Amino acid sequence: MSVDTSKVASSNGTNAATTTTKSSRLGALASWSDERLGLAAMGKKNLRKIFPDHWSFMLGEIALWSFVVLLLSGVFLTLWFKPSMSEISYQGSYAPLRGVEMSDAYASALHISFEVRGGLLMRQMHHWAAMLFISAMMIHLLRVFFTGAHRKPRELNWVIGSLLLLLGTLEGFTGYSLPDDLLSGTGVRAADGFMKSIPIVGTYISFFLFGGEFPGDSIIPRLYVIHVLLIPGLLLALIAAHMLLLVYHKHTQWPGPGRSETNVVGFPMLPVYAAKAGGFFFITFGVSALMGGILSINPVWKFGPYDPTKVTAGSQPDWYMGWPDGALRIMPGWESHFWGSTWSWNIFLPVIVLPGLLFTVLLLLPFLEAWITGDKREHHLLQRPRNAPTRTATMVALMTLYACFWLAGGNDLIATKLHSSINNITYALRALVFVAPCVAFWVTRRWCISLQRHDNETLLHGYETGIIMRSPEGGYSERHLPLSEAQAYTLTVRDRGRVGEEDELKPNGRPTLRSRIRTLYFDDDVQKPTIQELEEARAHAEHEAHAVATLEGHSADGHQFDGHHLTEDEPLRGED
Amino acid sequence: MSEVHDGSHEIEAHTDALLPDPGLPEHTWRPTDVDPKAEKRAERQVATLFGLSALCTVLFVVSYVTIRTGVNGPTILGWGASNVTLGLTLGGALLFIGIGVIQWARKLMADVEMVELRHPASSSEEDRSMTVAALQAGLEESGIGRRPLIRNTLIGSVALLGVPAVVMLKDLGPTNKDVTESAPYPGAGLEHTVWRSQMRVVRDVVGTPIRPGDLEIGDLVNAEPEIIFGKNKGVPVPEDQVLEGADLQIAKSKAATVLLRMDPDDIVNDVTRNWSVNGIVAYSKICTHVGCPISLNERTTHHLLCPCHQSTFDLADGGKVIFGPAGRHLPQLPLTVDDEGFLVAQGDYPEPVGPSYWERNTYSLEQVAKNYATKTGEETGQ
Repeated sequence: MSVDTSKVASSNGTNAATTTTKSSRLGALASWSDERLGLAAMGKKNLRKIFPDHWSFMLGEIALWSFVVLLLSGVFLTLWFKPSMSEISYQGSYAPLRGVEMSDAYASALHISFEVRGGLLMRQMHHWAAMLFISAMMIHLLRVFFTGAHRKPRELNWVIGSLLLLLGTLEGFTGYSLPDDLLSGTGVRAADGFMKSIPIVGTYISFFLFGGEFPGDSIIPRLYVIHVLLIPGLLLALIAAHMLLLVYHKHTQWPGPGRSETNVVGFPMLPVYAAKAGGFFFITFGVSALMGGILSINPVWKFGPYDPTKVTAGSQPDWYMGWPDGALRIMPGWESHFWGSTWSWNIFLPVIVLPGLLFTVLLLLPFLEAWITGDKREHHLLQRPRNAPTRTATMVALMTLYACFWLAGGNDLIATKLHSSINNITYALRALVFVAPCVAFWVTRRWCISLQRHDNETLLHGYETGIIMRSPEGGYSERHLPLSEAQAYTLTVRDRGRVGEEDELKPNGRPTLRSRIRTLYFDDDVQKPTIQELEEARAHAEHEAHAVATLEGHSADGHQFDGHHLTEDEPLRGED
Repeated sequence: MSEVHDGSHEIEAHTDALLPDPGLPEHTWRPTDVDPKAEKRAERQVATLFGLSALCTVLFVVSYVTIRTGVNGPTILGWGASNVTLGLTLGGALLFIGIGVIQWARKLMADVEMVELRHPASSSEEDRSMTVAALQAGLEESGIGRRPLIRNTLIGSVALLGVPAVVMLKDLGPTNKDVTESAPYPGAGLEHTVWRSQMRVVRDVVGTPIRPGDLEIGDLVNAEPEIIFGKNKGVPVPEDQVLEGADLQIAKSKAATVLLRMDPDDIVNDVTRNWSVNGIVAYSKICTHVGCPISLNERTTHHLLCPCHQSTFDLADGGKVIFGPAGRHLPQLPLTVDDEGFLVAQGDYPEPVGPSYWERNTYSLEQVAKNYATKTGEETGQ
C-alpha cells in the first residue's frame, strides 16, 4: 500500500520509528527483561497486531472493562464487609434502624453505606458495573450471533462466552444476596424453594448449602466465598481464554473493498488500538462512577434486615434474574403426589429445567447451524443479519421468548400500573410465550427476505436519489443512480444459497432430515443477482442515462419555468 | 501459532464475491494531518482534557476530606452531597482521561488502515504429524499401552480419589433426617415447627397474646408462637429454652402464622370450621410455592396473595389455591382458647409448612384432618 506521506504533519509520520541503538535506560531495561523473558519474539508479532474497527466491536469491551471495575470496587468493599450472620443490635448512624437486631453482614453493609467515605459510591458503582457487565455480555452475544461471528473457527469462543454469561448471572445473584437485607433474603428464600423442588436430592442440596435448615447461619459466609473467590476465579480464567482465542483467530471484519476472508484491515494494537481500548476503559470506569454518584441502586437500608416472617410487596430480583422468575410466575400449579413423594413440576420445570434447557440451546447454536448448513469453511467476514434470514429469525424468536418471560416477571407491576387483572395478564402471558416467538420468527424472516430483495433492487437499478423526473408525456418517475463500485462490491460479497455438501437421498428415495431442515433454512432466501443480470441492468441504466441526458443542465422540479425567472443557467438539482 | 504459509496450508475460507475487489479506498488525510494549526489545536485539546482530569482528582480529594458522609451529612438537591461530589469528581477524573486518550488516538495518531494476513486456525500438516509423532513416542516410552495393569490401576486409584472429595462435603450440613431425629433445637426438621399444644398465638413484633374478641371481622394479624418471645403463658421461660440466633431464625421461618377473623358463615370447609375459633382461622404465613411470607389480604373475599409470585389462597376454604403457581393448599393451624381466654394452638401444624420437597408425604386436606384427628386421639387417649 503506497501512502503519500509528504503532506503528513511533521509529528505524525507513518514511518516506523528508527530503532534506537543508543544505550538509553529504556533500552537497557528492555534487554534486561528480554534476556530473562524473551518478550521480543512475542512483541514482534503482537505489538502491531491489526484490529478492525467498527462500533459494534466495542460491546464486548464494555463487558470486559466493567468486569475490571467490578474487581476494583469489589476489593474495596471486602475491606469493610463482614460476611457473618452473627446477630447484633445496630448502633450505627442510621437512626431508623438503631437498636434493631440484624446480622453483622447487614450492619456492615450499612456501615459501608453511611460511615465509610466513598463507601456508598463504591457499593453503587459495584452494583451498576454488574448491571453493565451482564447487559454488555448479552448485547455482545447478540451482535456476534446476528453477524455470524460464531461460525467456524470461533464456535468454542461462543461456548466460553455463553459460560461467562451464565457465571456472570450467578455472580450477580450471589453478590446481591450478600447484604442480607429483606429483599435479597427473600430471593435466597425463593432459591431454597427452587433447590427443594429438585426430585430426590433437592432437600440434601438445600441442607448442605444452608448448613442445615433454612436460613441457618452459614449461607452468607458461603455465598461470600463463592462470590469473591470461586466465580471470579472462573470468570478470570474464562475471560483470559476468550481473549487469547480472539487474538489467535484475529477479529472478524465487515466485508468491503480490500477486506477479504484471508486478511484483516484495521489499526495496529500499538498505538491506536491500545489508546482507544485503554481510553475506553477509563470511559467505562468513569460512567460507572457517575452512575454510582447520582443514580441510587439497591438502597438496602430502606428494606431493613432479613426476617423470614416479612416480605415487601412487589419483591423482584435484579433484572437479569427476571426471566426465570417470570417463568415461575406463569407456570400452572402442577404438583404430583405419589408413593409418599412430592414432585413440584410448578417449580422444577420453570426454574431448573427451563433455564438449563435454554442455556444448552444457546451453547449449541453454532453447532446446530453448522450441522444444518453443512458449511465447513472458516469465516472471518461478517454477515449482515438480513443475509441469514432463518438464523436472524431464530435469535429474534429466542429474544421474544426471553422478553415474554421477563414481562411475566413483572406481571404484578403490569397489573397495578395498567389497572388490569393479574389473572388475565398471567393467562395472556401463558399463551404469549408460545405464540409470540413464532410470530416474531415469521415476521423477522420475511423482513430479512424483503431487505435482501431491496439490496438486489439497489444493485440492479441503483439507489433512489429523491429526484423526481417528469417525462415529456407528463409521467413522473424517480431518478435512480448506480451504486459506487465499493458499495456494489460490498453488497455482493455473500454466498449464493446452500454451500455445504448435500446429503444423499435415503434408500427409500426421500431426503434426509438434515437436508429437509436445510431446505427450510435456505428456502426463501433471495439470491444476489448473477453477473449477467448485473450487466443487463447496467446496460439498461446507461441507455436510460442517455435518454435523460438531454435534460441535463435543466432544473428538475419545473418551478423555475413559471415565466418569472431566467432559466438559462439553472443547474440540475443534486448534480452540483 | 505458526505463521508458515505453504501452498498446502491455507485458510479454507471463501465467500463468493460477484464483482472484482476494487481494493482499499484511497486514504483521506484529516485536517490534523495536513494543517499544523489543527494539529496544535488538537494537541491543546487533549492536554486540556488531561488537565481537567487532574483538576477533578484534586476536587475528589477535597470533597473526601471536607464533606461529611452519611444520613446526617449535607445534601445537594436532596442527594447526599458526599456521594454526589465523590461520584461526579471521580467520574470526571476518569472520563476526561478516557476522552483525552481517544481524542489523541483519533486526531493525532496515524489513522492509516493497515493490512495483515490471517493464518488458518489449524496447524500445518507438518506440525500435526510432528505432534502426533512426539505424542506417540512419549506414550510408547511410558509404556502405558503395553502395561495395562499399571494403566488400569492408576485410572482406578485416581478415579477413587473423587470419592473423598465428595464424601468430605458431607459435613456441610446435617440432613433433614439428621435434624429431625436428633432435634438439636425445638421444631427441628421440615415436618415440624415450634408450635405445641396450648402454645399461645401472639402478635408478631410485640408478642402480646390475643383474645378472640380483640379481632374484628376482616382483621388480619401476623402472629407467632409465644416461644419466639421467650415466654410461656406470659411467663419468661428458663434461659436454656430461649431461642436465639440461627435457632430463632429457623423457628420464625417455619412458625410464622396469619390470623384472619371472618364471619363463621363464610367458612365453606368443614375442616377449616373445626379448626377455627369464632370465625378466626390461622394459616401458615409461608407460601407453599417457594416459601415467601404471604402478606396481601383481600378483605372482602378472604383471599391471601403471595407478593412474590402471586399465588392466591382462599382462607375460607382450607387455604385452597385459587390462582397462581402454588401447587398445594396453605397448612392450617388448629386453634382453640386456653383457660384465660387467649388463642392457643391445638398442637403443631398438621402437615409440613413451606415449599414442597421430594420426600414430603402429601395428602388432601380431608386426609390431613383425618390423620390429625387419629394422632391427637391417640395422644389424648394415652
